[in-house]
Amino acid sequence: MGILEFRFHGRGGQGMVTAAQVLAAAAILEGKYAQAFPEFGPERRGAPVKSYLRVSERPIYIREPVLHPDVIVVADQSLFQAENPLEGARPTTILVVNWIYKAPQKTYYVDATSLAMKILGRPIVNTALIGAVVKATGIVSLSSVAEALKKYFTGRLYDLNVKLIESAYQETKEL
Amino acid sequence: MSLPKATELPIGAVIPEPGSTRRNLTAGWRTLRPVIHDDRCIRCQLCWLYCPEGTIVERKGVFQVGNRTYDVKYEIVYDYCKGCGICANECPTKAIEMVPETP
Amino acid sequence: MIQIQKTRRVEALTGNYAAAYAVKAADVDVIAVYPITPQTTIVEKLSEFVANGELNAELIHVESEHSALSAVVGASAAGARVFTATSSQGLELAHEILHIASAMRLPIVMAVPTRAISAPISIHNDYGDVMNARDTGWVIYIAASAQEVYDTIIQAYRVAETVNLPAMVAYDGFLISHTVEPVELNNEEEVRRFLPRSVRPYTLNPKRPVTMGPLASPDWYYEFKYQQVLAMKEAYKVVKDVDALYGEKFGRSYGVVETYKMEDAEYAIVTYGGAAFGNAKAAADIARERGIAAGVVRVRLYRPFPTMDVLKVLEGVKALAVLDRAIMFGSPAEGPLYKDIATAMFMHGVDKPAANVIHGIGQRTMYVEDMYKIYTMLRENPRKEVVFMGVRV
Repeated sequence: MGILEFRFHGRGGQGMVTAAQVLAAAAILEGKYAQAFPEFGPERRGAPVKSYLRVSERPIYIREPVLHPDVIVVADQSLFQAENPLEGARPTTILVVNWIYKAPQKTYYVDATSLAMKILGRPIVNTALIGAVVKATGIVSLSSVAEALKKYFTGRLYDLNVKLIESAYQETKEL
Repeated sequence: MSLPKATELPIGAVIPEPGSTRRNLTAGWRTLRPVIHDDRCIRCQLCWLYCPEGTIVERKGVFQVGNRTYDVKYEIVYDYCKGCGICANECPTKAIEMVPETP
Repeated sequence: MIQIQKTRRVEALTGNYAAAYAVKAADVDVIAVYPITPQTTIVEKLSEFVANGELNAELIHVESEHSALSAVVGASAAGARVFTATSSQGLELAHEILHIASAMRLPIVMAVPTRAISAPISIHNDYGDVMNARDTGWVIYIAASAQEVYDTIIQAYRVAETVNLPAMVAYDGFLISHTVEPVELNNEEEVRRFLPRSVRPYTLNPKRPVTMGPLASPDWYYEFKYQQVLAMKEAYKVVKDVDALYGEKFGRSYGVVETYKMEDAEYAIVTYGGAAFGNAKAAADIARERGIAAGVVRVRLYRPFPTMDVLKVLEGVKALAVLDRAIMFGSPAEGPLYKDIATAMFMHGVDKPAANVIHGIGQRTMYVEDMYKIYTMLRENPRKEVVFMGVRV
């Protein structure tokens, strides 16, 4: 399998760091090795944020930013004004985005914002994007994600987020 | 007499004997010594409080002073008293007198 | 091939959370901390454990790191099992107490997710802080993964309480402290059995009064410092023994030095910490593919320095590069690990080309590419020089 490397782009507060961690936790539950980390530094709500994920069948020991992601997840169209979320993308990189976007690479789309508004009542798109990533890559199973999510949410918020992940999974389609 | 080796001493410079400073009698260079005139002492405790060495002690008992009866008495432990005179200075009734130390 | 068994309890934890779980398993009595990036999440987790009753400990919120260390010194002197954590400027602020903790022979365990020292202010990772504390008489471990942080903190309690010396467990700030990785957690009952409460020679106890922290005149001071020298030598053996015992009980052990492809290596990078070691391993793989007999050595026990173990693994090597992540200004060579290794080599008659590569300062990324260049440099032009890599000059 080799190492699969992901990079997530969002704004502080949209939960992209958590998204990487939840996927890492799900992979670890399945007996794989995983590493999830944010772009380290001071944090600010609304500022562009990157987080990273590596998943592998073998132990991961490198500690470097992901320069050439296999999967790029972009939570917010406006990020393209601040930076280039596609930096380092290869022709084989898979994109997972939150709006309709024409790219040369294979792109998966889900309207995460609307789904989140509908189910959660707030435009926090990370869990929806987790569902989309699972659909696009099959890196982990939905049930592992649901299990991993228990460490991040409890009660009603947990139920809603699981529903959101599952809906996003259903609705994600390749552009 | 040679001093103990590193391997013979307690680790971390712990002094295992509690209260060992009591062995150090520090009164040797006193020139004046305080004397409490018990008949003028009203047991206000100020000398006891102010002594920087804590060498004035409280004795419990029944003490008749003139037409008053007290259940405590204050005494100076001369082993540690350096004759600083603070007790005499603080005493409100001037019950403490600093007298020359006799050799 | 999946190596982590599903029947064991493996959690996805950051290095800091792993530290918190280890402290909880060790059943500490008193925790005194002051927050500083990148240590804060250790304390947040520990506060959670104390608040929900999972850990029965006194958590003292102090007003500075100097106070944090002072508070645990006091609690440890009274016989409590204690924990504290800090980094960078916090470690600097606590500095005078570091010497006191070790000279009073208190078995304190402290986690240090390492961070660069001001000025300029940096919250990012390098080893300036822990290297500045290397002569304070503490046992110093440098861990390379969240799993190792967990295991080492537990081991540190046993080592500290056996030799009566405080122990620091350092690891990459951010790169390990804030990175989620798989961590296998032990059964806590088993950990408590591994860490029995020892009978300390002296504690502050009104029932058996003693005096601690006296003044020592020139007739006495030297002997107590020499006791510390002897304790450090003893600690070297105890660290190895405890690590081996831990391996038997819990299935994981690390030794004092970790090697990668060193059996037949001609060129070696010697370093510490997770990022440097991990990236060097990846570079060694590439170098091997291209015909360079490359290997990597990681120093896990930094103090007391495992001289003989380091010299042994370097025996067959033609040339080495010591990769340091701290700068000791004005030194004959600016890298602290290089100085230790050069001294060790000199004292034991080993003379081979050894370069000092300084990199990763202020979390400057140490790319695998850079590490590979070290190997080619060793093969083409090995020399006894200090090379500052990754800096724009």
